[in-house]
Amino acid sequence: MIGIEHYVGVSAILFVLGVLGIFLNRKNVIVILMAIELILLAVNLNFVAFSAFLHDLVGQIFAMFVLTVAAGEAAIGLAILVIYFRGRGTIAVDDVNRMKG
Amino acid sequence: MIQVIAFYLFTFLMLCSAVSVIFARNPVHSVLWLILAFFNAAGLMVLVGAEFIAMLLVIVYVGAVAVLFLFVVMMLDIDFSEMRAGFIKNAPLGLLIAAVLLAELTLGVGAWKTGALQLGVASGTAAAPEGLSNTAAIGALLYTRYLFLFEAAGIILLVSMIGAIVLTHRQRSDTRGQNVGRQIARRPEEATVNVKPAVGQGVTL
Repeated sequence: MIGIEHYVGVSAILFVLGVLGIFLNRKNVIVILMAIELILLAVNLNFVAFSAFLHDLVGQIFAMFVLTVAAGEAAIGLAILVIYFRGRGTIAVDDVNRMKG
Repeated sequence: MIQVIAFYLFTFLMLCSAVSVIFARNPVHSVLWLILAFFNAAGLMVLVGAEFIAMLLVIVYVGAVAVLFLFVVMMLDIDFSEMRAGFIKNAPLGLLIAAVLLAELTLGVGAWKTGALQLGVASGTAAAPEGLSNTAAIGALLYTRYLFLFEAAGIILLVSMIGAIVLTHRQRSDTRGQNVGRQIARRPEEATVNVKPAVGQGVTL
């Protein structure tokens, strides 16, 4: 039978895949943003699974807020990407030091 | 039984497409695999009865965020092959960190399954009322107890929208835009001239 462990395991694997994607595609910021979306999807899956497991709807409410923040983050990230590309003509981000930080 | 088959099908497809997202050579393919991953995650959520979040995932992610990614990938003219340069170099470190992370998560889930720590019992104060669909129950909770958080989410979306517009907007010098102030300030008496030409002589402007 499918239990909560299955869902937790699946979202753990998905989370790790997202982290791996960030490390493997360190130059390509578009794929990094997609990997962040995968990580947030894993978190959402965990929230929903535990919400169903505990019979508590707050998990699903919180998953909705995570979704909201993820959408805003994607919009801002892609906007920054577009202006970065306009200024530099490339999106290689492994040596970004515009702010000298 | 059908639930078990569906669970494994959705899980398998979701994990395969997540692997393809991070390994695809072309970012357009990555976005398409991401869409498949989101569809399968929505299926997993439907399986546990969270149909509202599942539909939200399909509408918001597939309908908006993935299409935004597609637009940006297609708008930028980038040589993606040289982006792959550090792929092999970064692979050992990335795989190491992924292995450590997966081991930690497995350890955490395993420890939790044995019930080692009992910090409390789920109170279930927000249990779904009987006889109400998932969407109705979420609405009943969202518009009462979490109303301020809901409005804060709206503010976040507004701020990110304004931020994205402000970041990417630029004044272009090679196009002539509409100057609303000048249009409104223009009066008929300074824009038109009334000439009285003699009959049959035509008009010289």
